[in-house]
Amino acid sequence: MKNTIRQVFHSSKFVAGFIIFVAILLLIIFYPLFNPGDPLQMIGVGTFAKPGTYVSLYDSVTTDTETLKLPDAADKRLDAVLAKEDRIKMVAWLSAMDVDIEGLDYMDTDALMDLWRANYDDSARPAGMTKAERNYYKRLNASLSSMGSGGRMTVLENDASGEEQQVAAITTDDYVNVRDVANTKNLILGTDNFGRDVLKELVSAARTSILIGLLAGTVATLIGLLLGLLSGYVGGFADDLIMFITNLFTVIPSFILLILISYSIGQEQRGAAVVALVIGLTSWTWTCRSVRSQVISLRNRDHVNLSKLSGHSLARILLTDILPYIASYVVMAFILQVSSGILSEAQLSLLGLGPKTTEVPTLGLMMNWSMLYSAHLNGSWWAYFPVILMITLISFSLNLMNTGLDQVFNPTLRD
Amino acid sequence: MKTEEEMNVSENATVEEQETVTLDRRRDVSNNPLCLSGRAVTKIFGSGKKETVAVNRVNFDFHEGELVSIVGESGSGKTTLSKMILGLLPMTDGEILFRGQPRDISTNRKKREYWKNIQAIFQDPFSSFNVFNKIDTVLLDCINMNGGKDLPKEKKIEMMTEACSFVNLKFAELTNKYPFELSGGQMQRLMIARVFLLKPKILLADEPTSMIDACSRATILDMLLNLRDEIGMTVIFITHDIGLAYYISDNVYIMEHGFFVEHGSADDVILTPKADYTKRLISDVPKIHEAWDLSTVE
Repeated sequence: MKNTIRQVFHSSKFVAGFIIFVAILLLIIFYPLFNPGDPLQMIGVGTFAKPGTYVSLYDSVTTDTETLKLPDAADKRLDAVLAKEDRIKMVAWLSAMDVDIEGLDYMDTDALMDLWRANYDDSARPAGMTKAERNYYKRLNASLSSMGSGGRMTVLENDASGEEQQVAAITTDDYVNVRDVANTKNLILGTDNFGRDVLKELVSAARTSILIGLLAGTVATLIGLLLGLLSGYVGGFADDLIMFITNLFTVIPSFILLILISYSIGQEQRGAAVVALVIGLTSWTWTCRSVRSQVISLRNRDHVNLSKLSGHSLARILLTDILPYIASYVVMAFILQVSSGILSEAQLSLLGLGPKTTEVPTLGLMMNWSMLYSAHLNGSWWAYFPVILMITLISFSLNLMNTGLDQVFNPTLRD
Repeated sequence: MKTEEEMNVSENATVEEQETVTLDRRRDVSNNPLCLSGRAVTKIFGSGKKETVAVNRVNFDFHEGELVSIVGESGSGKTTLSKMILGLLPMTDGEILFRGQPRDISTNRKKREYWKNIQAIFQDPFSSFNVFNKIDTVLLDCINMNGGKDLPKEKKIEMMTEACSFVNLKFAELTNKYPFELSGGQMQRLMIARVFLLKPKILLADEPTSMIDACSRATILDMLLNLRDEIGMTVIFITHDIGLAYYISDNVYIMEHGFFVEHGSADDVILTPKADYTKRLISDVPKIHEAWDLSTVE
């Protein structure tokens, strides 16, 4: 046993898969300790806040300031304020005025502003430009000229009598230390369509999905193993009957069966455990078939015959003379079942047939939500890409471990 | 240092001694009561065009205390017959009588009762043991099966030590070891120790020496014969080696394509063979001082 484990950990593929899987497990175990709370709590009112650190504007105003004279502050401010549409309009003006804009990158604020300042003339009337458009350019130019001119901002607050009181005056050189601001929130993966912290949700979803996979894998492996052992060892009528049922389940595409069963259960009754059970109950067939064929190749071996001659019971022969010989195979089948259980949950949930949405997030549900709220269309990659990555990593690590085990237990596959 | 001549002399002496010993052991068992009989025992595999008759209506009578060999080539049906005798393979037709009564192994309980009377030693010692069970477990199982479940631990260890010393193994060295840590010859001896503990009425030895080197073979055969004398059981010895069969058997059955072509006492069958198949088997045995006649090899 010790030797086998040593061999298994010598397989680079197994070790790679194992490290990825353990890393995911550690994340699942320790992240909630640092960031506790309900993963489904809606902290944002808007949808899809992008990843980053959020600083409370209200608290910033009342936080003590430091004056910093940063040379490029004005340029950066301009850079941030100048929208993409404005830049495109500016380029349109320049080209209408026959300015040489060859090689100009409109995102390069300096170059664009230099050309603009040198060439903009509010009295010019470029051909084909309406008055409304000329007025737009006048307003744009006015706002650009006032930008970075050392403006001052006054913050007013309504006091108890409803009078406006000045509470702060902010200049362009005022800075607050983020650490001094009472409320900041670091949303590494932003928020989703309901304004929930995606990272927190993802960690919780990965945990639920792995549990669903484990439960589904255990159910499928246990059923498959039990039926496969009986069918292969006992043979005769038992074999015929079990194989008949197995063939029935094999012929009906299991995913369609899964959809029908999930649909008939109804959303309210479908907890994560129920979904896992349904997945397990529809995916045991190939474990059963392969265990059966392994058992058939074992049942006439001499050591099994000797065990029979020693008067051992059916259960004892199955448990001590057959099962240990196929244990490595069963472990591999179990790992694959876990992996396919996680994928099945994701598929089901994507179709809206997953666990109910109010209890716990799952990876499939997160995909479902981001699809329903068009995250993929409005560029909110953080709502679905980390989920895809997580599913891929879990499935990849499990399959890698499986390949590693396969190479250890089946020497013909070694490189 | 011995001279070459001396060594030759001593070797010859050993060979002659062995011959006398083995031949001395031949017994006339025809007056002993019947232990196991077969009537029209048949095994057919497959059906229709793929039908293969592995064992074709064979009859046999094995007496108590007899060492009987079933000799035949590979594929002649020896192992199929032995599995039917052991009750590991159902018969297609026919009847096996155990001590004059039809053998009943219709239920698991009856099978277990039958298996208390018959044990086996298989051809491949390396696949005969469960590699996950320690040697102690193998031997303890035998004591438990033979009604010694409630014996004190010391008594069990004493029995296991006795069984091991019967086959020249030291139990103290084997305890906590796995069978695969032993050599092929040691494993086969452990099998004999197992039989020693179980003391069955019948032992079926299916080519027990074919995967073992010549030196260990003599030891194993010697132990088998000792065991027969010790327990007084019937030994059914399955082999393809007619020379071996001649040296150890009381009676011999020659099997070809599922039939018994000839049977009788070892001397009658092998020294004065009647069936062509027997003659061929005898001529196929390589001889050290003669050219080997390969003309009969198909």
